[in-house]
Amino acid sequence: MTDFTQMGLKAIRDGVAAGDFTAREVAEAHNDAVAAASELNAFIVATPDHALAAADKVDAARAAGEELGPMAGVPIGMKDLFATKGVQTAAASHILEGFKPPYESTVSQKLWDAGAGMLGKLNMDQFAMGSSNETSYFGNVASPWKKLGSNATLTPGGSSGGSSAAVAARLCPAATGTDTGGSIRQPAAITGITGIKPTYGRCSRWGIVAFASSLDQAGPMARSVEDCAIMLGAMAGFDPKDSTSIDAPVPDWAGALDSNLEGKTVGIPREYHVDGMDPEIEASWEQGKQWLRDAGAKVVDISLPHTKYALPAYYIIAPAEASSNLARYDGVRYGLRDLPEGAGLQDMYAATRSDGFGDEVKRRILIGTYVLSAGFYDAYYTQAQKVRTLVQKDFMDVFEQVDVILTPTTPTAAFALGEKTDDPLSMYLNDVFSVPASLAGLPAMSVPATLTQDGLPLGLHLVGKPMDEQGVLNAGLAIEQRAGFTAQPEKWW
Amino acid sequence: MSVTREEVAKIASLARISMDEAALDHMVPELNNILAFVEQLGEVDTSAVEPMTAVIPQEQRLRDDVVDADPLTGGGRRDDVLANAPVAEHGFFGVPKVIE
Amino acid sequence: MSNYRVHGATGEWEVVIGLEVHAQVTSKAKLFSGASTAFGAEPNSQVSLVDAAMPGMLPVPNRECIRQAVRTGMAIEAQINTWSRFDRKNYFYADLPQGYQISQLYHPLVGEGQLVIEADEKAGIPEDKVIRIERIHVEQDAGKLMHDQHPTMSYVDLNRTGVALMEIVSRPDMTSPAEAGAYIRKLRSILRYVGSCDGNMEEGSMRADVNVSVRRVGDTELGTRTETKNVNSVRFVMQAIEHEVQRQIDVIEDGGTVVQETRLFDPNTGTTRSMRSKEDAHDYRYFPDPDLLPVVLHEDFLEECRASLPELPDAKRARYENELGLTPYNARELTAEVETFARFETLLAATAKGIGKPEKDVATQVANWSLSVAPGVIKALGDEGDPANATAERQAAILDMQAKGEISGGQAKEIFEIVLKEGREPAEIAETEGLKQVSDTGAIEAAIDEILANNQDKVEQYKGGKDKLFGFFVGQTMKAMQGKANPAVVNQILKDKLG
Ligand SMILES: [Mg+2]
Ligand SMILES: [Zn+2]
Repeated sequence: MTDFTQMGLKAIRDGVAAGDFTAREVAEAHNDAVAAASELNAFIVATPDHALAAADKVDAARAAGEELGPMAGVPIGMKDLFATKGVQTAAASHILEGFKPPYESTVSQKLWDAGAGMLGKLNMDQFAMGSSNETSYFGNVASPWKKLGSNATLTPGGSSGGSSAAVAARLCPAATGTDTGGSIRQPAAITGITGIKPTYGRCSRWGIVAFASSLDQAGPMARSVEDCAIMLGAMAGFDPKDSTSIDAPVPDWAGALDSNLEGKTVGIPREYHVDGMDPEIEASWEQGKQWLRDAGAKVVDISLPHTKYALPAYYIIAPAEASSNLARYDGVRYGLRDLPEGAGLQDMYAATRSDGFGDEVKRRILIGTYVLSAGFYDAYYTQAQKVRTLVQKDFMDVFEQVDVILTPTTPTAAFALGEKTDDPLSMYLNDVFSVPASLAGLPAMSVPATLTQDGLPLGLHLVGKPMDEQGVLNAGLAIEQRAGFTAQPEKWW
Repeated sequence: MSVTREEVAKIASLARISMDEAALDHMVPELNNILAFVEQLGEVDTSAVEPMTAVIPQEQRLRDDVVDADPLTGGGRRDDVLANAPVAEHGFFGVPKVIE
Repeated sequence: MSNYRVHGATGEWEVVIGLEVHAQVTSKAKLFSGASTAFGAEPNSQVSLVDAAMPGMLPVPNRECIRQAVRTGMAIEAQINTWSRFDRKNYFYADLPQGYQISQLYHPLVGEGQLVIEADEKAGIPEDKVIRIERIHVEQDAGKLMHDQHPTMSYVDLNRTGVALMEIVSRPDMTSPAEAGAYIRKLRSILRYVGSCDGNMEEGSMRADVNVSVRRVGDTELGTRTETKNVNSVRFVMQAIEHEVQRQIDVIEDGGTVVQETRLFDPNTGTTRSMRSKEDAHDYRYFPDPDLLPVVLHEDFLEECRASLPELPDAKRARYENELGLTPYNARELTAEVETFARFETLLAATAKGIGKPEKDVATQVANWSLSVAPGVIKALGDEGDPANATAERQAAILDMQAKGEISGGQAKEIFEIVLKEGREPAEIAETEGLKQVSDTGAIEAAIDEILANNQDKVEQYKGGKDKLFGFFVGQTMKAMQGKANPAVVNQILKDKLG
């Protein structure tokens, strides 16, 4: 009997289309896998009926000889940041617990229209703030991976940690993620899967709970470059409801995949060589360069001089936007209301928000409130936005000579849950390699490269020119073909 | 620059997050850590730099002046608007009485 | 300079006033959503998911709102900023679902402009005065709180939430309540000419935040100002200023200091009081809205805005005086309101066409009719008449008959009365009711011959130099003609016959 959970997105889609099996069989197998994986805590809400209904629709359409969509028959996980009509959308927070949107996000709607079904809402860092999935109100997500010879529970990364865990654990062939400073790429890297954040504006933000508006982008997380290309094609596209959505046609990325990099130049930014860099990370990066050379690319050293300042700029801009974006959670129109005896309106706000937001969310709201407040705005926020201009300019300058940039995705492999929770700042450093591309709005992806000696996955990070997802995907494919990464976590859950 | 306990309390009040003494104990050093980290931005000479306005250079698109063209952005859906409200009565949201 | 002075216990005070007028932009849909802006709907029935600030909702600006604000800017000769953007003003209140108002602080759509308030001796405005306008920015209106429907709760209606407002910020150029009143009236008139705001203050389409400070005559430093929010009529604005001025002078003269604060006007008492709910709303943490992009205006858009502007109040008034030959008073009265000039211009065109003369030749007649004769008749009739019967065509027909001498001024009024009461046509009324004057020279000549023959003595006296007797002959003739003779014809024939 076929194990459908071992199949990738494309294999499932093509098998359903060919009549090798039904979409219902696939959905049932994945529903079972989700139900059996409660120890991972990857899902906040399971929606088996949604997956089955979508599958039945695809099977019926196939039987009727209708044309099937690019995601037909593929059951996926949906990050809890995407509004799903009638299904709790809480951004993994207490303050939105029980909130059932009367609307569907643009991206999730596009996926349903393409024939996908929903297995459930995926756990995540609360309001997408975190890099280890330890800030969810609904509990930590456990990575399916374990270090060799250790039973410690590891982080699946974050904020899209439910997504990375579920895809790595074969609970779903693909999942949606969102990426503000690395929240697709970092969890993908440390769970041995593939994830791409497209150019800012490729995917509509309409209906995605906002963290930092100028940075948030949705993207796919899956187990191959091709699966990511297919799913991104279904997610992307102009949306008149989002002012920052890019009005440009969506290329056939999957159809145009090509791992021959002859004539292409890959840049290696010297500023990403940080002191005390993990030698295994260093080695995988070296390996990555070689693979790209093998694929025909020319590899050159480049400089992105403001790299060092990207992370501090990010930790001003993102909290500033978040402090404002999260002001709407006030206990008036939806979500939690905490009304102490005799409290007035403003007391109700303070009580509701204190009770409803987790510590990391509060921390960022306070930072954001501070840097925007009277007297500090120019020194912090304006300065950060100027530095952001410089960070972007660095990229645009090097893109005169190179087509794509290669770096490690993360500074380390997965760490244990609880290891960094006492020091928020050390947690922030997880995103040191992913944040610059976020600030510049560039397409960037993580592709699995290798396993550490401890048996944990490491990813390589590719950053492309604005709108050139194809260049990123092609380079990713070249690495994927050479890395031959087939490792998967041993099932312990 | 670092923030005092009083300043953190003031910011928390501005952000409408009530914080007790224990919460402040935690928060003050954490915020100062983070602020010390972001402080290094001051090293960058940005005197000739414009702050970022749109990461992908685009102009604002404008919508036509049409009512309820798309139910997702139009009105006339009071039940949906009130459906998740902690308190809704007679078609209104209810909040503790406000004195202006 | 205004000579408005307030006498305090310790000396003379002068007043500095600036106004921030919030004018609702005329548009069908809201500034950032497709929900309707119509007034008076059921609570929360005109609220989109965007207006309710549901998670993940995003704003997309309405072109018409931008266009109307730009046209308004052009009408006050302002700088139009072809690059502007929206900022967020952050504060928590139950009428503000997002927790921030989308407004424009750093780069408003419209920059420096101005308008002129006209001299009005009676009101203490000795000459025309320019009031500078600092900026116009576009922003979202808030929702509405109802405090009296429930013992322990306030109710929230978000229908107004997100309706587009123009905030028109004046410089502190006004120095008396009268100037402030004149400024709002003039601004309202311009907005209504342009069509960018209906100016309906009762429905809240225009509200003013009134900034007032006082200083001793001769001082050059500005005093501490207070801001009285959301005052919604010209009269209330003037009352609020008067009260605030007196209050501030009292505070200072009693040895206190004026506190910079937000106040609320109570129309029932004509007084202002400190606004508790805004006590800590002092740090709005403005920053550019990251959900929106810079608004860039291109020449074709600007050209359309420019081309669609109507003739504006000042230009129209000048034209009425210079080209139509109207008195300054008539010109001002006729151009103050959109409805007034619209009726006048329709009637003027119809009358000029009917009579076959250029507009300037009949303008004074039409102006007098429009400003005094017709309103007089309408007012006198009260409920007995229906102004809807007074179509431009009918009024033009009356003016036409009068201009041709077919009816007298008195007959014109009588005919108009019947028009108002019964909706009949003037020509038919004149005919059937016998409301016509005789211009037939034959009949008038015959009557005059008879009168002169019967009053030979008086003819001699007149010829001997007693000019005043001319009136006697006119009177006799009119009497003989039962008042229906055309006075001009009578005069002419008498002059001929008496030599
Ligand atoms: Mg104001
Ligand atoms: Zn305003």
